[in-house]
Amino acid sequence: MPKTAKATYYGAFADAVLDAQAAFRGLMDAMARPGRIHRFAELASPPAPLSPAQGTIALTLFDQDTPVHLTPALAASAVASWLSFQTGAPLTADRLQGRFALVEKGVAFPALSGFALGTQDYPDRSTTLIVELEALAGGPERCIAGPGIDGEATMAPIGLPEAFPALWAENGAQFPRGVDLILTAGDACLCLPRTTRLLG
Amino acid sequence: MDKPQPRTAFAPAKEPDTAQDAQAARRKRAMDSLARSDRGRLEAFLAREAADLEVHAVRGPETGLVMVRGRIGGGGAPFNLGEATMSRATIRLADGTIGHGQLLGSDRAHARLAAIIDALGQRADYAAQVNALVSAIEADLTAADERLAEETAATRVDFFTMVRGED
Amino acid sequence: MYVAVKGGETAIAEAHRLLADRRRGPRDLPSLTLAQIAGQLALAVDRVMAEASLYDPTLAALAVKQARGDMIEAIFLLRAYRTTLPRLAISQPLETAAMQIERRVSATYKDLPGGQLLGPTFDYTHRLLDPALAEAGDEAADVAAATRRPSSGERVMRVSDILDGEGLVEGDGHFGADHVAGDITREPLEFPMPRDTRLQVLARGDEGFLLSLAYSTQRGYARTHPFVGEIRIGLVEVEIDLPELGFAVSLGRLRITECQMVNQFKGSAKEPPQFTRGYGLVFGQSERKAMAMSLVDRALRAGEFGEDIVAPAQDQEFVLSHADNVQATGFVEHLKLPHYVDFQAELDLVRRMRADYEAKRADEASDEDAITSEAAQ
Repeated sequence: MPKTAKATYYGAFADAVLDAQAAFRGLMDAMARPGRIHRFAELASPPAPLSPAQGTIALTLFDQDTPVHLTPALAASAVASWLSFQTGAPLTADRLQGRFALVEKGVAFPALSGFALGTQDYPDRSTTLIVELEALAGGPERCIAGPGIDGEATMAPIGLPEAFPALWAENGAQFPRGVDLILTAGDACLCLPRTTRLLG
Repeated sequence: MDKPQPRTAFAPAKEPDTAQDAQAARRKRAMDSLARSDRGRLEAFLAREAADLEVHAVRGPETGLVMVRGRIGGGGAPFNLGEATMSRATIRLADGTIGHGQLLGSDRAHARLAAIIDALGQRADYAAQVNALVSAIEADLTAADERLAEETAATRVDFFTMVRGED
Repeated sequence: MYVAVKGGETAIAEAHRLLADRRRGPRDLPSLTLAQIAGQLALAVDRVMAEASLYDPTLAALAVKQARGDMIEAIFLLRAYRTTLPRLAISQPLETAAMQIERRVSATYKDLPGGQLLGPTFDYTHRLLDPALAEAGDEAADVAAATRRPSSGERVMRVSDILDGEGLVEGDGHFGADHVAGDITREPLEFPMPRDTRLQVLARGDEGFLLSLAYSTQRGYARTHPFVGEIRIGLVEVEIDLPELGFAVSLGRLRITECQMVNQFKGSAKEPPQFTRGYGLVFGQSERKAMAMSLVDRALRAGEFGEDIVAPAQDQEFVLSHADNVQATGFVEHLKLPHYVDFQAELDLVRRMRADYEAKRADEASDEDAITSEAAQ
């Protein structure tokens, strides 16, 4: 009988239904307004190294039908059993099978093209990556444009790799296929759907 | 399309531990019986044995679906037969003991009671009472199965050979 | 142009009120309880569960009551309810070999381990209406308790295992190790469909539709020379893994019906002569459905055995696209909804075509008149 860490059973929403609904609404708005920082009001408390925002998104979006890919470090941590118990989502080691992928802070930014990009018929069958960064503001300013943005907007996360513009351009070139990105830091998130373009 | 893999999160390589295995077997036996017990019996047990228990909800109680699988030809590849309602609950006692309850159907209260008794069963001060309860439930379930088997056995065909017209 | 019209709101509300009244029926009679429906109309409840693809006798009884006994409406209600629930788990495959048997018969072997157990069957009844049930002759004391006889305790062996010993029957049906069972509640139907997914469609398919298809195979439309290897009805455990504990637990038991149909097969270039099999597995006590399902399952395997696909029951797309009675009733019944605008358009079209037609006929007639009068002159 495996010993399951106590942490598995803690850290869920105080109100499973209302908190998840509020988080969903916030996330939906954030996805509709790329680049805008959304701070979650009611937070989950997942085991480290998952951030509260990542845990909140997990409790809101993951379920039995969404296989989740974890980095090796996350898969070996208490996060794995926490996600299984709290969300019921199957965990997969195969990037292509993950409907979501979680990446903790401080590891190499994942190669986006290694994940599921969806198909021409079903572009929705792609991976949404949830990547924890140092911070969502205070870094080098980058101009973005695309659906949901009136003209141009800026974002300035800290922790994106230098090669990010190239990676993101490559992802955008696959349209309608491609991954969507949720950047998180602490209690906040910032969304970059595949339709958002980095300018310059 | 994405195909979920079997869960792998809880498969740490471990040495066989007979004490732990025996504990797991006892707990499974209890959970199986609690799921099939009459709910009133669980209520009565808790009222009698642990009336003022402090119980915190960890997950649920909630009702959802379990996809029931069959096997092609009875023993071949799995296929999805259809769903059944199931209810489950996970609770925590004041001392931190975690209990799980799960059963077919929509009776969330039953799932919660089963979870509480599962937690009590892990505690030295309640293990004997829970074991006694489980044994009593099992005895009733076995008696019901025997009854069903005997009623069915009464409809068994006893073939006999008619006198043959040889000689 | 579409013109939005309103109205009917009051009429609809009143229709619902009238429906509630008629559903309740004469008020001087007691209302049916769900326990009565589940206990005394158990096979109706079973059918609703099977075709709704949701096992829950209490909710199915409620659906039957609410639908006034209209089975497809009840199935629709339960199917709709199902969509409101999250999926919490996937069970381990049911072990039908370990069933608590309530009925088990084989048409292929007279003496077989476990015996022929007739169980609560309509077979061998005379199909004479019983006036005693119409009168007050159905009270607890009036109906004898079932007889009990010591059970042999013998293992009720699966007939397919017995046949398998001789190597004359194909195996249970396997896929490669990496095959994951398809799920039509998550993926749209795609053809050709693998057998596991087909069985899911058939298990929730309409009993009448499958029965007729099965019958058609017996009458020569894709004959498969079937024998009932075994039918078994009984209770099986539903087990799920609890990953946080590292072992599987039982959620309790449910009743299912299983049919193993054995079919003669003369062999092909790839396969030796042997018996092939069709499989039926259905929620509840649903013997007719399980048998029909196994016949249709076998017919749909025509391609696998290199048989010519010549009959409706062998046509995957035909069978599987039309087996679902909720879908079927939705599309058929939608025709009664207002189609005023569509019909106006069609009416206009037919009027114009008719006018053209009349004009053409008039032209031809006047030409003929002209010819006739010319000839007369």
